[in-house]
Amino acid sequence: MDAKTIIAKRTAKLLQDGDVVNLGIGLPTMVANHIPRDMDVTFHSENGFLGLGPAPEQGKEDWELVNAGGIPSSIVPGGMFFDSATSFGIIRGGHVNATILGAMEVDERGNLANWKIPGKMVPGMGGAMDLVVGANKVIIAMIHTQKGKPKILKQCTLPLTAKEEVDVIVTEMTLIRVTDKGLVLEELGPGFTMEDVIAATDANLIISPELKRFKLN
Amino acid sequence: MINKIISVNEAAEKIQNGMTIMVGGFLANGTPEKIIDILVKRNVKDLTLICNDTGFPDKGVGKMVVNKQFKKIIASHVGTNPETANQMNSGETEVELIPQGTLAEKIRCGGSGLGGFYTPTGVGTEAEAEKEKKLIDGKEYILETPLKADVALIKSSITDKKGNMIFNKSMKNFNPIMATAADVVIVEADKIVEIGEIDPEHVMCSGIFVDYIIGGDNSGC
Repeated sequence: MDAKTIIAKRTAKLLQDGDVVNLGIGLPTMVANHIPRDMDVTFHSENGFLGLGPAPEQGKEDWELVNAGGIPSSIVPGGMFFDSATSFGIIRGGHVNATILGAMEVDERGNLANWKIPGKMVPGMGGAMDLVVGANKVIIAMIHTQKGKPKILKQCTLPLTAKEEVDVIVTEMTLIRVTDKGLVLEELGPGFTMEDVIAATDANLIISPELKRFKLN
Repeated sequence: MINKIISVNEAAEKIQNGMTIMVGGFLANGTPEKIIDILVKRNVKDLTLICNDTGFPDKGVGKMVVNKQFKKIIASHVGTNPETANQMNSGETEVELIPQGTLAEKIRCGGSGLGGFYTPTGVGTEAEAEKEKKLIDGKEYILETPLKADVALIKSSITDKKGNMIFNKSMKNFNPIMATAADVVIVEADKIVEIGEIDPEHVMCSGIFVDYIIGGDNSGC
Protein backbone atom coordinates (compact mmCIF):
# COMPACT_ATOMS: atom_id res chain seq x y z
CA MET A 1 0.00 0.00 0.00
CA ASP A 2 1.43 3.42 -0.87
CA ALA A 3 1.79 6.19 1.72
CA LYS A 4 -1.19 8.22 0.50
CA THR A 5 -3.54 5.22 0.59
CA ILE A 6 -2.42 4.42 4.13
CA ILE A 7 -3.16 8.00 5.20
CA ALA A 8 -6.55 8.03 3.45
CA LYS A 9 -7.56 4.69 5.01
CA ARG A 10 -6.57 5.68 8.54
CA THR A 11 -8.20 9.11 8.21
CA ALA A 12 -11.48 7.59 6.97
CA LYS A 13 -11.69 5.65 10.23
CA LEU A 14 -11.80 8.90 12.20
CA LEU A 15 -15.21 9.70 10.72
CA GLN A 16 -18.50 8.70 12.28
CA ASP A 17 -21.84 7.60 10.94
CA GLY A 18 -23.92 10.67 10.10
CA ASP A 19 -20.99 13.08 9.78
CA VAL A 20 -20.98 16.04 7.41
CA VAL A 21 -17.44 16.28 6.06
CA ASN A 22 -15.51 18.68 3.84
CA LEU A 23 -12.48 17.28 2.01
CA GLY A 24 -9.62 19.43 0.76
CA ILE A 25 -8.06 19.09 -2.67
CA GLY A 26 -5.49 16.35 -3.35
CA LEU A 27 -4.77 13.63 -0.80
CA PRO A 28 -7.81 14.44 1.42
CA THR A 29 -10.11 13.71 -1.55
CA MET A 30 -8.90 10.09 -1.44
CA VAL A 31 -10.50 9.64 2.01
CA ALA A 32 -13.92 9.36 0.32
CA ASN A 33 -12.82 6.08 -1.31
CA HIS A 34 -12.31 4.41 2.06
CA ILE A 35 -15.54 5.15 3.93
CA PRO A 36 -17.24 1.86 4.94
CA ARG A 37 -20.33 1.18 2.82
CA ASP A 38 -22.67 0.95 5.78
CA MET A 39 -21.63 4.39 6.99
CA ASP A 40 -23.62 7.49 6.03
CA VAL A 41 -21.23 10.39 5.48
CA THR A 42 -22.41 13.52 3.66
CA PHE A 43 -19.70 15.43 1.82
CA HIS A 44 -19.89 19.21 1.68
CA SER A 45 -18.44 20.96 -1.37
CA GLU A 46 -17.78 24.60 -0.48
CA ASN A 47 -18.54 25.89 -3.97
CA GLY A 48 -22.16 25.13 -3.20
CA PHE A 49 -23.58 21.73 -2.40
CA LEU A 50 -24.07 18.94 0.10
CA GLY A 51 -23.94 15.36 -1.15
CA LEU A 52 -20.76 15.45 -3.22
CA GLY A 53 -20.44 12.10 -4.96
CA PRO A 54 -17.74 10.26 -6.90
CA ALA A 55 -16.11 11.59 -10.06
CA PRO A 56 -18.14 10.74 -13.18
CA GLU A 57 -16.92 8.22 -15.71
CA GLN A 58 -14.75 9.53 -18.52
CA GLY A 59 -16.94 10.97 -21.25
CA LYS A 60 -19.85 11.58 -18.86
CA GLU A 61 -18.51 14.79 -17.29
CA ASP A 62 -21.06 17.52 -16.58
CA TRP A 63 -19.46 20.98 -16.57
CA GLU A 64 -22.48 22.44 -14.75
CA LEU A 65 -21.53 20.33 -11.73
CA VAL A 66 -18.01 20.79 -10.49
CA ASN A 67 -16.31 20.32 -7.11
CA ALA A 68 -14.30 22.97 -5.24
CA GLY A 69 -11.33 22.12 -7.45
CA GLY A 70 -13.35 23.05 -10.54
CA ILE A 71 -13.40 19.43 -11.70
CA PRO A 72 -16.61 17.73 -12.94
CA SER A 73 -18.20 15.88 -10.09
CA SER A 74 -21.53 14.38 -9.03
CA ILE A 75 -24.23 14.78 -6.41
CA VAL A 76 -25.82 11.87 -4.57
CA PRO A 77 -29.56 11.41 -3.93
CA GLY A 78 -30.57 13.55 -0.96
CA GLY A 79 -28.08 16.28 -1.85
CA MET A 80 -28.73 20.01 -2.22
CA PHE A 81 -27.23 22.96 -4.09
CA PHE A 82 -26.90 26.44 -2.54
CA ASP A 83 -25.12 29.76 -2.96
CA SER A 84 -21.72 30.65 -1.49
CA ALA A 85 -23.09 32.68 1.45
CA THR A 86 -25.22 29.71 2.54
CA SER A 87 -22.30 27.34 1.96
CA PHE A 88 -20.09 29.26 4.36
CA GLY A 89 -22.93 29.79 6.81
CA ILE A 90 -23.05 25.99 7.01
CA ILE A 91 -19.30 25.94 7.63
CA ARG A 92 -19.00 28.74 10.19
CA GLY A 93 -22.24 27.74 11.86
CA GLY A 94 -20.70 24.50 13.09
CA HIS A 95 -22.77 22.23 10.83
CA VAL A 96 -19.71 20.55 9.33
CA ASN A 97 -18.48 17.82 11.68
CA ALA A 98 -15.03 17.44 10.19
CA THR A 99 -12.76 19.06 7.66
CA ILE A 100 -9.83 17.10 6.27
CA LEU A 101 -7.07 19.07 4.65
CA GLY A 102 -3.36 19.14 3.92
CA ALA A 103 -0.73 21.34 5.55
CA MET A 104 2.55 23.01 4.72
CA GLU A 105 3.22 23.35 8.45
CA VAL A 106 1.40 22.44 11.64
CA ASP A 107 2.69 23.04 15.15
CA GLU A 108 2.51 22.03 18.81
CA ARG A 109 -0.37 24.38 19.55
CA GLY A 110 -2.46 23.18 16.64
CA ASN A 111 -1.64 26.18 14.48
CA LEU A 112 -1.91 25.51 10.75
CA ALA A 113 -0.18 27.11 7.77
CA ASN A 114 -1.25 26.00 4.31
CA TRP A 115 -2.07 29.03 2.17
CA LYS A 116 0.98 31.14 1.53
CA ILE A 117 4.75 31.08 1.11
CA PRO A 118 5.67 34.79 1.16
CA GLY A 119 7.58 35.84 -1.93
CA LYS A 120 7.16 32.44 -3.54
CA MET A 121 3.59 31.28 -3.72
CA VAL A 122 0.51 33.27 -2.82
CA PRO A 123 -2.47 31.32 -4.18
CA GLY A 124 -4.88 32.65 -1.56
CA MET A 125 -6.71 30.95 1.27
CA GLY A 126 -9.86 30.08 -0.66
CA GLY A 127 -12.25 28.51 1.86
CA ALA A 128 -9.57 27.07 4.14
CA MET A 129 -9.65 29.76 6.84
CA ASP A 130 -13.44 29.43 7.22
CA LEU A 131 -13.32 25.63 7.19
CA VAL A 132 -10.64 25.33 9.83
CA VAL A 133 -12.37 27.79 12.15
CA GLY A 134 -15.88 26.49 11.52
CA ALA A 135 -15.61 22.70 11.39
CA ASN A 136 -16.03 20.89 14.69
CA LYS A 137 -13.02 18.67 14.05
CA VAL A 138 -9.97 19.66 11.99
CA ILE A 139 -8.00 16.70 10.64
CA ILE A 140 -4.71 17.20 8.83
CA ALA A 141 -3.97 14.39 6.36
CA MET A 142 -0.53 14.73 4.81
CA ILE A 143 2.79 13.10 3.96
CA HIS A 144 4.87 13.43 7.15
CA THR A 145 7.71 15.54 5.73
CA GLN A 146 8.35 17.80 2.75
CA LYS A 147 11.10 15.77 1.02
CA GLY A 148 12.59 14.84 4.40
CA LYS A 149 12.11 18.30 5.95
CA PRO A 150 9.80 18.23 9.00
CA LYS A 151 6.36 19.83 8.60
CA ILE A 152 5.26 19.19 12.17
CA LEU A 153 7.08 21.97 13.99
CA LYS A 154 7.46 23.51 17.42
CA GLN A 155 6.08 26.70 15.92
CA CYS A 156 4.83 27.49 12.41
CA THR A 157 7.07 29.83 10.42
CA LEU A 158 4.67 30.52 7.52
CA PRO A 159 1.61 32.82 7.74
CA LEU A 160 -1.16 31.00 9.59
CA THR A 161 -4.40 29.73 8.12
CA ALA A 162 -5.86 29.53 11.62
CA LYS A 163 -4.77 29.68 15.22
CA GLU A 164 -4.99 26.60 17.47
CA GLU A 165 -7.70 24.81 15.49
CA VAL A 166 -6.07 21.49 14.48
CA ASP A 167 -7.29 18.41 16.38
CA VAL A 168 -5.61 15.43 14.72
CA ILE A 169 -2.69 14.88 12.33
CA VAL A 170 -2.53 11.72 10.23
CA THR A 171 0.56 10.87 8.19
CA GLU A 172 1.92 7.63 6.74
CA MET A 173 4.12 7.39 9.87
CA THR A 174 1.80 8.28 12.69
CA LEU A 175 -1.42 9.60 14.17
CA ILE A 176 -0.89 12.58 16.46
CA ARG A 177 -3.56 14.23 18.58
CA VAL A 178 -3.28 17.90 19.51
CA THR A 179 -3.99 18.37 23.23
CA ASP A 180 -3.64 21.20 25.76
CA LYS A 181 -0.41 19.55 26.93
CA GLY A 182 1.02 19.31 23.41
CA LEU A 183 1.20 16.75 20.60
CA VAL A 184 0.46 13.19 21.66
CA LEU A 185 1.82 10.38 19.48
CA GLU A 186 -0.97 7.82 19.65
CA GLU A 187 -0.39 5.47 16.74
CA LEU A 188 2.34 4.28 14.39
CA GLY A 189 1.93 3.64 10.68
CA PRO A 190 2.94 0.30 9.15
CA GLY A 191 6.68 -0.23 9.20
CA PHE A 192 7.60 2.80 11.31
CA THR A 193 9.04 2.99 14.82
CA MET A 194 8.64 5.66 17.47
CA GLU A 195 12.25 6.69 16.77
CA ASP A 196 11.48 7.12 13.04
CA VAL A 197 8.61 9.50 13.87
CA ILE A 198 10.65 11.51 16.40
CA ALA A 199 13.50 11.86 13.89
CA ALA A 200 11.13 13.16 11.18
CA THR A 201 9.36 15.61 13.52
CA ASP A 202 10.62 18.96 14.80
CA ALA A 203 7.91 19.36 17.46
CA ASN A 204 8.15 17.74 20.89
CA LEU A 205 6.04 14.61 21.07
CA ILE A 206 4.39 13.10 24.11
CA ILE A 207 4.27 9.32 23.68
CA SER A 208 0.90 7.87 24.56
CA PRO A 209 1.08 5.11 27.17
CA GLU A 210 -1.33 3.23 24.91
CA LEU A 211 0.73 3.55 21.74
CA LYS A 212 -0.87 1.46 18.99
CA ARG A 213 -0.36 0.47 15.36
CA PHE A 214 -2.72 1.71 12.61
CA LYS A 215 -5.63 -0.65 12.14
CA LEU A 216 -6.34 -0.36 8.44
CA ASN A 217 -8.84 -3.13 7.78
CA MET B 1 -43.37 46.37 -19.39
CA ILE B 2 -39.72 47.36 -19.38
CA ASN B 3 -37.74 45.42 -21.95
CA LYS B 4 -34.63 44.21 -20.17
CA ILE B 5 -33.24 42.22 -23.09
CA ILE B 6 -30.31 43.90 -24.81
CA SER B 7 -27.49 42.77 -27.08
CA VAL B 8 -24.18 41.66 -25.67
CA ASN B 9 -22.54 44.74 -27.19
CA GLU B 10 -25.06 47.06 -25.51
CA ALA B 11 -24.40 45.25 -22.24
CA ALA B 12 -20.66 45.65 -22.59
CA GLU B 13 -21.09 49.43 -23.01
CA LYS B 14 -22.40 49.61 -19.43
CA ILE B 15 -18.88 48.86 -18.24
CA GLN B 16 -16.58 51.86 -18.36
CA ASN B 17 -12.89 52.28 -17.55
CA GLY B 18 -12.20 52.46 -13.82
CA MET B 19 -15.42 50.78 -12.67
CA THR B 20 -15.75 48.06 -10.03
CA ILE B 21 -17.32 44.86 -11.34
CA MET B 22 -18.50 41.72 -9.61
CA VAL B 23 -18.44 38.55 -11.69
CA GLY B 24 -20.25 35.37 -10.67
CA GLY B 25 -18.71 31.94 -10.91
CA PHE B 26 -16.35 29.58 -9.15
CA LEU B 27 -13.29 28.59 -11.15
CA ALA B 28 -15.30 29.77 -14.19
CA ASN B 29 -18.19 27.41 -13.38
CA GLY B 30 -21.18 29.75 -13.62
CA THR B 31 -19.29 32.67 -15.17
CA PRO B 32 -20.89 34.69 -18.02
CA GLU B 33 -18.32 33.92 -20.72
CA LYS B 34 -20.02 35.71 -23.62
CA ILE B 35 -19.89 39.13 -21.97
CA ILE B 36 -16.34 38.45 -20.71
CA ASP B 37 -15.27 37.83 -24.33
CA ILE B 38 -16.76 41.13 -25.48
CA LEU B 39 -15.10 42.98 -22.59
CA VAL B 40 -11.76 41.50 -23.64
CA LYS B 41 -12.40 42.71 -27.20
CA ARG B 42 -13.45 46.18 -26.03
CA ASN B 43 -10.35 46.33 -23.81
CA VAL B 44 -11.96 48.28 -20.94
CA LYS B 45 -9.18 49.17 -18.51
CA ASP B 46 -8.38 49.98 -14.87
CA LEU B 47 -11.26 47.92 -13.55
CA THR B 48 -11.55 46.57 -10.02
CA LEU B 49 -12.66 42.95 -10.01
CA ILE B 50 -14.59 41.24 -7.24
CA CYS B 51 -14.78 37.51 -7.96
CA ASN B 52 -14.18 34.32 -6.02
CA ASP B 53 -11.04 33.58 -8.03
CA THR B 54 -9.32 34.57 -11.27
CA GLY B 55 -10.33 31.50 -13.26
CA PHE B 56 -7.87 30.15 -15.77
CA PRO B 57 -5.84 32.03 -18.44
CA ASP B 58 -8.30 30.85 -21.12
CA LYS B 59 -11.49 30.62 -19.05
CA GLY B 60 -13.72 32.99 -17.08
CA VAL B 61 -12.39 36.33 -15.79
CA GLY B 62 -8.92 34.87 -16.30
CA LYS B 63 -9.14 36.03 -19.92
CA MET B 64 -9.48 39.65 -18.72
CA VAL B 65 -6.55 39.16 -16.32
CA VAL B 66 -4.36 37.99 -19.22
CA ASN B 67 -5.49 41.11 -21.13
CA LYS B 68 -4.39 43.25 -18.13
CA GLN B 69 -7.75 44.95 -17.58
CA PHE B 70 -7.69 45.05 -13.78
CA LYS B 71 -5.92 47.55 -11.56
CA LYS B 72 -7.20 45.72 -8.49
CA ILE B 73 -8.47 42.20 -7.87
CA ILE B 74 -10.44 41.16 -4.77
CA ALA B 75 -10.69 37.35 -4.59
CA SER B 76 -10.27 34.38 -2.27
CA HIS B 77 -8.00 32.36 -4.53
CA VAL B 78 -5.84 33.20 -7.53
CA GLY B 79 -3.72 30.05 -7.74
CA THR B 80 -5.28 28.63 -10.91
CA ASN B 81 -4.21 31.59 -13.04
CA PRO B 82 -0.42 32.14 -13.08
CA GLU B 83 -0.92 35.49 -14.86
CA THR B 84 -2.52 36.94 -11.70
CA ALA B 85 0.62 36.08 -9.70
CA ASN B 86 2.83 37.61 -12.42
CA GLN B 87 0.94 40.91 -12.30
CA MET B 88 0.83 40.85 -8.50
CA ASN B 89 4.60 40.28 -8.28
CA SER B 90 5.40 42.97 -10.84
CA GLY B 91 3.16 45.44 -9.01
CA GLU B 92 0.92 45.98 -12.06
CA THR B 93 -2.16 44.72 -10.24
CA GLU B 94 -3.10 45.04 -6.60
CA VAL B 95 -4.48 41.76 -5.24
CA GLU B 96 -6.53 41.63 -2.05
CA LEU B 97 -7.13 38.10 -0.81
CA ILE B 98 -10.15 37.50 1.39
CA PRO B 99 -11.33 34.22 2.95
CA GLN B 100 -14.06 32.79 0.71
CA GLY B 101 -16.79 32.79 3.33
CA THR B 102 -15.94 36.34 4.33
CA LEU B 103 -16.00 37.44 0.68
CA ALA B 104 -19.44 35.88 0.16
CA GLU B 105 -20.83 37.42 3.34
CA LYS B 106 -19.38 40.88 2.55
CA ILE B 107 -21.24 40.78 -0.76
CA ARG B 108 -24.41 39.51 0.94
CA CYS B 109 -24.15 42.41 3.41
CA GLY B 110 -23.66 44.85 0.54
CA GLY B 111 -26.85 43.64 -1.08
CA SER B 112 -28.96 43.42 2.04
CA GLY B 113 -28.35 46.74 3.71
CA LEU B 114 -26.08 45.64 6.53
CA GLY B 115 -23.09 47.64 7.76
CA GLY B 116 -20.98 44.54 8.28
CA PHE B 117 -20.64 41.43 10.40
CA TYR B 118 -18.35 39.83 12.98
CA THR B 119 -16.67 36.61 11.87
CA PRO B 120 -14.30 34.23 13.68
CA THR B 121 -12.61 33.43 10.34
CA GLY B 122 -9.09 34.81 10.16
CA VAL B 123 -8.58 35.53 13.87
CA GLY B 124 -4.86 35.23 14.61
CA THR B 125 -3.91 35.41 10.91
CA GLU B 126 -2.97 38.09 8.38
CA ALA B 127 -6.69 38.41 7.56
CA GLU B 128 -7.31 40.29 10.81
CA ALA B 129 -4.79 43.07 10.05
CA GLU B 130 -6.06 46.57 10.85
CA LYS B 131 -9.57 45.33 11.55
CA GLU B 132 -11.69 45.96 14.62
CA LYS B 133 -11.87 42.94 16.91
CA LYS B 134 -14.57 42.14 19.39
CA LEU B 135 -15.06 39.57 22.12
CA ILE B 136 -18.59 38.12 21.99
CA ASP B 137 -19.51 35.48 24.58
CA GLY B 138 -15.83 34.88 25.20
CA LYS B 139 -14.95 34.27 21.56
CA GLU B 140 -12.90 36.59 19.35
CA TYR B 141 -14.36 38.00 16.12
CA ILE B 142 -13.23 40.37 13.34
CA LEU B 143 -15.42 43.11 11.92
CA GLU B 144 -15.87 42.79 8.15
CA THR B 145 -17.61 45.50 6.13
CA PRO B 146 -19.88 45.25 3.05
CA LEU B 147 -18.79 45.08 -0.58
CA LYS B 148 -20.67 46.62 -3.51
CA ALA B 149 -19.97 47.13 -7.19
CA ASP B 150 -20.92 49.40 -10.08
CA VAL B 151 -21.85 46.44 -12.24
CA ALA B 152 -22.50 42.74 -11.51
CA LEU B 153 -22.14 40.21 -14.31
CA ILE B 154 -24.28 37.18 -13.56
CA LYS B 155 -24.70 33.84 -15.31
CA SER B 156 -28.02 32.02 -15.15
CA SER B 157 -29.28 28.85 -16.74
CA ILE B 158 -32.85 30.09 -17.26
CA THR B 159 -34.11 33.67 -16.91
CA ASP B 160 -37.60 34.94 -17.64
CA LYS B 161 -38.19 38.37 -19.17
CA LYS B 162 -38.53 39.94 -15.71
CA GLY B 163 -35.08 38.59 -14.84
CA ASN B 164 -36.16 35.83 -12.46
CA MET B 165 -33.39 33.27 -12.42
CA ILE B 166 -32.65 29.57 -12.15
CA PHE B 167 -29.06 28.37 -11.77
CA ASN B 168 -28.26 24.80 -12.70
CA LYS B 169 -26.36 22.62 -10.26
CA SER B 170 -23.15 24.11 -8.85
CA MET B 171 -23.40 27.25 -11.02
CA LYS B 172 -25.28 29.10 -8.30
CA ASN B 173 -22.22 29.91 -6.13
CA PHE B 174 -21.71 33.72 -6.05
CA ASN B 175 -24.34 34.57 -8.70
CA PRO B 176 -27.50 35.18 -6.62
CA ILE B 177 -25.66 37.18 -3.95
CA MET B 178 -23.77 39.36 -6.43
CA ALA B 179 -27.06 40.07 -8.20
CA THR B 180 -28.15 41.98 -5.08
CA ALA B 181 -25.00 44.02 -4.54
CA ALA B 182 -24.40 46.18 -7.64
CA ASP B 183 -25.91 49.35 -9.12
CA VAL B 184 -26.33 47.72 -12.51
CA VAL B 185 -26.96 43.99 -12.83
CA ILE B 186 -26.55 42.19 -16.14
CA VAL B 187 -27.58 38.56 -16.48
CA GLU B 188 -26.28 36.31 -19.22
CA ALA B 189 -28.92 33.61 -19.55
CA ASP B 190 -28.45 30.28 -21.29
CA LYS B 191 -32.17 30.30 -21.96
CA ILE B 192 -34.68 33.18 -21.89
CA VAL B 193 -38.34 32.28 -21.27
CA GLU B 194 -41.64 34.13 -20.96
CA ILE B 195 -42.86 35.47 -17.63
CA GLY B 196 -44.80 32.71 -15.89
CA GLU B 197 -42.84 29.89 -17.39
CA ILE B 198 -40.79 29.62 -14.22
CA ASP B 199 -42.87 28.48 -11.26
CA PRO B 200 -42.43 31.03 -8.41
CA GLU B 201 -41.53 28.05 -6.20
CA HIS B 202 -38.50 27.45 -8.41
CA VAL B 203 -37.18 31.00 -8.79
CA MET B 204 -33.75 31.11 -7.12
CA CYS B 205 -33.13 34.84 -7.44
CA SER B 206 -35.68 37.55 -8.17
CA GLY B 207 -35.80 39.63 -11.32
CA ILE B 208 -36.17 42.80 -9.24
CA PHE B 209 -32.39 42.80 -8.91
CA VAL B 210 -31.85 42.56 -12.68
CA ASP B 211 -31.47 45.54 -15.03
CA TYR B 212 -30.46 43.83 -18.26
CA ILE B 213 -30.65 40.36 -19.76
CA ILE B 214 -28.50 39.03 -22.56
CA GLY B 215 -28.76 35.69 -24.27
CA GLY B 216 -25.86 33.35 -23.61
CA ASP B 217 -24.19 30.89 -25.93
CA ASN B 218 -27.09 28.43 -25.85
CA SER B 219 -29.96 30.95 -25.99
CA GLY B 220 -30.12 31.50 -29.73
CA CYS B 221 -29.99 35.32 -29.16
